[in-house]
Amino acid sequence: MKDKTKLTDDGVRHIAKLANLTLTEDEVKKLQKQLSETLDYIKVLDELDTSKIEPTSQVTGLKKISREDKVKSSLSQKEALSSSFSVLNGFFRTKGVLEK
Amino acid sequence: MNLNKLTILDAKEGLIKRQFSVKELVNDCLSRINKIDDKVKAFVTVCEKEALEDAERCDTQKQRCGDTKIFEKFPLLGIPFAIKDNFCTKGMRTTASSKVLANYVPVYDATVVKKLKEAGAIILGKTNMDAWAHGSSTETSDFFTTRNPWNLERLPGGSSGGSAAAIAADMAVAAIGSETAGSIRQPAAWCGVVGFKPTYGRVSRYGVIAMASSTDSPGPLTKTVNDAALVLNVLAGKDEFDATSSPKKVPDYLKGIKGTREARGIRIGVPKEYFVEGIDPEVKNKVLEAIKVFGNLGAEIKEISLLNPKYSVAVYTILQRSEVSSNLARYDGIRYGNSRAAFGQEAKRRIMLGTYALSAGYYDQYYLKAQKVRTIICKDFVQAFQKVDLIIGPTSPCTALPLGATKDASMFGELQDILVEASSIAGLPGINLNCGFSSSGLPIGLQIIGPSFSEELILKMSLAYEQETNWHKKKAQI
Repeated sequence: MKDKTKLTDDGVRHIAKLANLTLTEDEVKKLQKQLSETLDYIKVLDELDTSKIEPTSQVTGLKKISREDKVKSSLSQKEALSSSFSVLNGFFRTKGVLEK
Repeated sequence: MNLNKLTILDAKEGLIKRQFSVKELVNDCLSRINKIDDKVKAFVTVCEKEALEDAERCDTQKQRCGDTKIFEKFPLLGIPFAIKDNFCTKGMRTTASSKVLANYVPVYDATVVKKLKEAGAIILGKTNMDAWAHGSSTETSDFFTTRNPWNLERLPGGSSGGSAAAIAADMAVAAIGSETAGSIRQPAAWCGVVGFKPTYGRVSRYGVIAMASSTDSPGPLTKTVNDAALVLNVLAGKDEFDATSSPKKVPDYLKGIKGTREARGIRIGVPKEYFVEGIDPEVKNKVLEAIKVFGNLGAEIKEISLLNPKYSVAVYTILQRSEVSSNLARYDGIRYGNSRAAFGQEAKRRIMLGTYALSAGYYDQYYLKAQKVRTIICKDFVQAFQKVDLIIGPTSPCTALPLGATKDASMFGELQDILVEASSIAGLPGINLNCGFSSSGLPIGLQIIGPSFSEELILKMSLAYEQETNWHKKKAQI
């Protein structure tokens, strides 16, 4: 499979929206080119037949790991909020998501 | 006194014999940092005041408890460490060399940091890295590029480049890095130090700013193999905060390797595919010379064949970008850190590719396909380790590249790390050892890879090689 991956400028803008990134027009052009190059490189995997192979998502072999469900001391509200730029009455303040 | 040049074991001995105090040891490291770090730029943050306070506390403790006894309880008492800036340190700025986290001060310690502190170690500061660990040069740091102490016009490698440079330039006695695919071994190779990437799950990832969660492995960068073994003793073990950490018992690595001087009975595989086309001939020759040393030490050397590393590069690219896009989704600028507008070019590029690979309609083609090839890569190693005990090859295909080498190379890191990616994808342990120098005086590194949880055997063979060759005693002149 050597066909150019069809990633268009609009495709790049769409992915940026999904990823919550704001790109300049220059960045869109540059990324269109660079991402297409990378996607082309990745095509070497098509040389390998994986039709009968199970996927590996992790290599530890560990399964169903859990710990005792016990309440332990944790961060205070003050500590948890200490790194935020915008706090109001002990809460994180975010931009509005609902329109009036 | 230049105590900063000491290894951990030598520093401990000096402290036990009262040849110097912890404060003097820490002071020498801080003086060295003050003297040369404006040239090397290994540190993002230096915590002089806190380090000196900790040193005084160690000295008092030592006086109270007796010199020898206290080290049984605190095996790293008073040892000055440099920590890669992607390990959360309570009350100490942690940036991952990214502008998003430029002012982030964590309210908790990473498990690795907690264990070091509990063992008595002193944190000198936090070291520079490729932003979010995305790279193999430190050139993608949002702050500045670290220089290679062997030649200031060269790169230190990365992403743990600041930690490797700090050790090569004797600004700390030991350092901590993290590796997802090459980020400990490759900078260790370019800076001529020992870099150990443990088996995935051997050391907890809790509190490490996540890159690719299915391969991230914290580990030591040190001046000697014994030091790596000692630090691993402290770091390794099950952590209830990291479900992927292994419950396997941790042996005493330092004790286990003590006195090893030969390699009799050990089968070492040399994969022909790891001497790739385009490899620097000086690197190739030095690694082949090193393999002869293992032969002289009694090892049986066998040529083996592994899957072409180009497949690992592609698998890693997909898995890493996908996991990055997911891990970096949490940076929303609400709870901590700056907004997403602060992401640098490299982070944006990786988030974009990962988002694409995971998006509807492409999952099977990219992520699932990569996970299946991951199975092939793991099996390839399982088969290889039926024939040999360890695998040796070059760590990097070249010596340290000049500043600017990564500019607009969208897969620089991947191609640079071509020889370490397969073992990372399979979660295997590996070490970098210095095996000589190029004609222009740059360090050359070899790597030893073993089966999962073969840390002790790798360290044993590394110690045998180190004692036979003494390359580790040569220091960067800076």
